[in-house]
Amino acid sequence: MAYVAVTGGQEAIEESIKLLKYYRTAGDKDLETEALKDKMKLLIDRVMSESGLYAPAYAALALKQCEGSLEEAVFLLRAYRSTLARNHYSITIDSVNMRIIRRISAAFKDIPGGQILGPSYDYLHRILEFGVLNESKEEIEEWRNSYEQSFKREEINPFLRVSNILREEGLLEEVPEDSREAFDITLNKLPFPIPRSARLQILARADTGYISGLAYGALRGFGAIHPTVGELRSGWLSVEIPYGLEEGQDIYVGEILVTEVECFMPAVKKTKGHDEMKVGIGYGCVFGRNETKAIAISILDSTLRVTGEAPVNDEEFVLLHGDCLEMNGLLAHLKLPHYVTFQSKLDQLRKKKEE
Amino acid sequence: MTETILNGHYNFAFLDEGAKREIRRSVLKAVAIPGYQVPFGSRELPISRGWGTGGLQITLSIIGKKDCLKVIDQGSDDSVNAVSIRKLITATTGVLTTTDTQASTIIQSRHRIPEEKMRNDQILVLQVPNPDPLKSVSPKEKESRNLHAEAEYSGIWLRLYEKIIKYGRTTMGADHPVMVAGRYVMNPSPIPRFDNPKLNLSDCLCLFGAGREKKIYAVPPYTEVVSLAYEDHPFTIEDVSSRSCKYCGATNVYFDEIFDSVTQEHYFQCSDSGYCEKRRK
Repeated sequence: MAYVAVTGGQEAIEESIKLLKYYRTAGDKDLETEALKDKMKLLIDRVMSESGLYAPAYAALALKQCEGSLEEAVFLLRAYRSTLARNHYSITIDSVNMRIIRRISAAFKDIPGGQILGPSYDYLHRILEFGVLNESKEEIEEWRNSYEQSFKREEINPFLRVSNILREEGLLEEVPEDSREAFDITLNKLPFPIPRSARLQILARADTGYISGLAYGALRGFGAIHPTVGELRSGWLSVEIPYGLEEGQDIYVGEILVTEVECFMPAVKKTKGHDEMKVGIGYGCVFGRNETKAIAISILDSTLRVTGEAPVNDEEFVLLHGDCLEMNGLLAHLKLPHYVTFQSKLDQLRKKKEE
Repeated sequence: MTETILNGHYNFAFLDEGAKREIRRSVLKAVAIPGYQVPFGSRELPISRGWGTGGLQITLSIIGKKDCLKVIDQGSDDSVNAVSIRKLITATTGVLTTTDTQASTIIQSRHRIPEEKMRNDQILVLQVPNPDPLKSVSPKEKESRNLHAEAEYSGIWLRLYEKIIKYGRTTMGADHPVMVAGRYVMNPSPIPRFDNPKLNLSDCLCLFGAGREKKIYAVPPYTEVVSLAYEDHPFTIEDVSSRSCKYCGATNVYFDEIFDSVTQEHYFQCSDSGYCEKRRK
């Protein structure tokens, strides 16, 4: 019998919630949200990025609350966001002033300021380290202390962008400065065609797997694109809001860790005579250390600016189907009873059979 | 969850006041332009997208402390999703709830319009999965928006025509498109065709919310709502003529079809559980 016809939906839900708690609390060891926040950083980063809420402690709480389900954790934070009033927009941040922890370029060997490998899994052999199973707190502390001794404090000048090199040579595709206020995707329905600010926000919040797959498809030939990572940088940015009472007086509200990518792509500048080849830039920026996601965003930012037949050239296709809540919500809704509509369909089929 | 909500961590009706005001403005615009899809800044809720969040945002924005709420899914008050939505609304508002259509001031519904006629002082909020009837013509919003602006609906008519040519009838099940006030073609949400006529010149205000698609639209009271059909192939509702409810004996209502796996019996019962319950008392 269909489950909608069963009375007692209320009790069923309550029992189901109890079971969830039972599952969540299984095992002898407790999981401190503090430990989650500090030791599962990349997971926290991904949750914050897809939920569009920079709050490591709440991301940890959300993950603990839902047995570590990424989709549920993002959901919890998004729903929480809805209860908060939007009081301020931050002042535009210039990432040249980023407090850098990592910065690389695949386009030039030597870049002004230098390549900084920073913390990266790229050159690590992915071998299960069974020693981690038994590492002791004392050992770790001792190692950390001695490692910190080796830190050198260096005054670092702002890192200019790698793309500046090309701009100075006049090789960069010129894009008119857009100083309009950024479109806020969380407060408005998208008015297609949408401004680039909206596109970059949607991609920044999109499901990592979804956009990585799309960008991968573009690389494999469904979108004809051959990007070079001009610059990838991760680091801390200061967020400030304007102080309402005095012009030019800004209030510092905190720091966010982001990853930013500029991807170089061939671009054609139409001129009267022959077409001129230029270097175009695809841009991606995400919360946390989400490097492949940032690269994927920069690729899609490029593919969406050119017309073409590939899925990645289709704005509505790319931008409307990768939101964690929207895609998973609709997929999950198929579990809801549909028999009023199915009965209606059945009616048509039966009539057809009678004829 | 219920505890923290009641602890005062959250605002009345969950959303912040600014968001609710914004949604009410969209509702007002929708009422002013019957059948027109008003885009709005759809907020995330503690309930899944695609599970009624459009309807829920409308309900949360219009509900007041004195309202009496009824929530149904497939006509049933006790369907798990109806229970879940009702629970969230009552936990954040403390309003009274009912299963009686007549006693309610707001009814939020998925896939059904109640059997009992609703009054002018009541509001029906319908949850909408696919707000745009032109989606079947073009999945691109950029194009469908222009088509709506120009009242260019030949694509929809063509689809109806093709079905008739191919199958000898229009094969739409639920969500049969309607013309509202002679101007906008609208999806009535996946209500059975049986419910379509109830929208026409209805006494109550009908609001439609699509959370995932970020659209709100409305049919104000006493608005002409006509189900699309050709003159020689008139619109027909589902055939309920030879059926009656096993529990209350009702006829000429929409039914759930039940198969009893124990007795191998095949029978019908009212889809509208509140109506059935009332008749049995």
